[in-house]
Amino acid sequence: MISNDPMAANPPAAPAGTTAAAPPPVPVKDERLTNISTSARILRRPEIGALLAAVVVAIFFWTQNSLFLKLDGISNWTDVASTIGIPAVVVALLMIGGEFDLSAGVMTGSAGLMMGILATEVGMNIWVAIVLTLIAATAVGFINGYMVMTTKLPSFIVTLATFFILQGVNLGVTKAITNQVAVSGLDTASGYSSANKIFGGSFWSPHDFRITVLWWIAITILATWVLTRTRVGNWIFGVGGDANAARNVGVPVRRVKIGLFMTTSFVCALTGIMIALRLASTQAGQGVGEEFQYIIAAVVGGCVLTGGFGSAIGASLGATIIGMAFIGIQFSGWNTDWRFLFLGVILLVAVLVNNYIRKRAEGARR
Amino acid sequence: MTATKTDGAGASLLEVRDVCKYFGNVVALKDISVGVSAGEVTCVLGDNGAGKSTFIKILSGVHQHDEGELLVEGEQTRFSSPRDAKECGIATVFQDLATVPLMSIWRNFFLGSEPTKGSGPFRRVDVKWAQDTMVAELKKMGIDVRDPDQPAGTLSGGERQAVAIARAVYFGAKVLILDEPTSALGVKQSGVVLRYIAQARDRGLGVIFITHNPHHAYPVGDRFVILNRGKLAGDWRKADISRDELVRQMSGGAELDALEHELRRGLDAPVAG
Repeated sequence: MISNDPMAANPPAAPAGTTAAAPPPVPVKDERLTNISTSARILRRPEIGALLAAVVVAIFFWTQNSLFLKLDGISNWTDVASTIGIPAVVVALLMIGGEFDLSAGVMTGSAGLMMGILATEVGMNIWVAIVLTLIAATAVGFINGYMVMTTKLPSFIVTLATFFILQGVNLGVTKAITNQVAVSGLDTASGYSSANKIFGGSFWSPHDFRITVLWWIAITILATWVLTRTRVGNWIFGVGGDANAARNVGVPVRRVKIGLFMTTSFVCALTGIMIALRLASTQAGQGVGEEFQYIIAAVVGGCVLTGGFGSAIGASLGATIIGMAFIGIQFSGWNTDWRFLFLGVILLVAVLVNNYIRKRAEGARR
Repeated sequence: MTATKTDGAGASLLEVRDVCKYFGNVVALKDISVGVSAGEVTCVLGDNGAGKSTFIKILSGVHQHDEGELLVEGEQTRFSSPRDAKECGIATVFQDLATVPLMSIWRNFFLGSEPTKGSGPFRRVDVKWAQDTMVAELKKMGIDVRDPDQPAGTLSGGERQAVAIARAVYFGAKVLILDEPTSALGVKQSGVVLRYIAQARDRGLGVIFITHNPHHAYPVGDRFVILNRGKLAGDWRKADISRDELVRQMSGGAELDALEHELRRGLDAPVAG
């Protein structure tokens, strides 16, 4: 654009503006704004695709087995959905903030193992073990965030390293201490019954809904509140959408992103603790590969991989779809091996639909 | 135009004296002295690589100067971050980083300075108030936003600049720094942005307008500073320089003469210089 200038300078009478290679000017601004219909406004919501998909999937499995939408069936798939949904919600926040955490899945395993070893091998009260585990997990999240922000490396790479480090530690430490690839016997630790009641139990007795479902709903509401109604939420959108622009208007980008990594690790550890308490044991390989389910849930829920767009409710709906798929395939009497194929197809369709919807919603753009 | 013709040093809202900046062994800026007073537009002109970006980043707190002084309302300061500069009333609108495209206009408008209501855990962003305020503020700039939830990316380039300028004015900026606000815009939109600059000036802000286009600078500027290869190549009040002279100086004076001579030879026809 600069190269135009000396030329433009030649005719001295040139009015301001001859220099710019003008794109066609926008004629009437107002027309464009009035045209936004209610439907476009609804379609602009990130979670709309996931909501439609959830309804379709629910109806589909209901036609296969009517038990699917009865309370006993619902308690089944909400169980699976909740332990995916809780981490998926914070992974979604992190993705909206423009970062990834591939160590999210294995973190659930690390947390269960650490709590288990502290409670059974060291003999701590389970509540003390939980607090120490959550502190350690948050520290790992801090290291993730600190490294990403300091090295400016993609978080994909940094957390991939954390993923493998944790996976190695999980196996190595567990084997060294217990001579097995699992930690078990949690139910003998002191404080187990009270902790299990809060993190691992069930409610609504004939149907046995998992207590994790309540946690899931609470965390979704909390995350939605933070994201849409607090300053920090606005900052999360800002740092994910354009970190430089956000920094230039005074958003503490570094603190926001490191905070997101810490929150992610914390909540994933909490999920791992819930799973471990419920089973009273943890396998050393627990959680490996689940990070992709969290990311799938977030993406199905409308999160953009490049950040700056998405919703917590969407991620929860994504987790619901995954939960329904896993249980629905069982209910339909099919081989459960097919569930990964189902996941892949759902992911692909969701991304295509979300892309289409977003383009339509912003379609007023020239 | 405003009548602040006095060159009193104390009157400057923002001023740098003999500022230098080095990146390793590269001298990015050498002995730059520029100031801006309230209700005045100082234009900083320069070609690519002249040091405009480095200069703006020092003023806005992104970089720190290595030598010289930076004064805010006569007091020597040093910004450690953009937030720091913002708190001193210095708002910067960066060229393409003015808004976050996927965020709604009102979220963009209040990003980093969100209004809240309630207290404790119920402290929340006052969405309704924020939306209404944003619509009202943009109306003052002549932009009619019907839908505050519209993503900023759907606005035109000029409108996005306007959002950023309106935001700076609204948040009580005393000094507005604009980094090439017209460079990516068409003819009409450039005119619109120049009008916003004049409006901000009339509201009593000091404006530092960075551009490489003397035709955009001359109509709104009160003072013109030209940077060339990191050094101050000229500093004029509007009364002391004509538009043509500014264009000539900006394009490197003698270099342009040579270019003009070269171009004229082939045409063999008189072209008014």
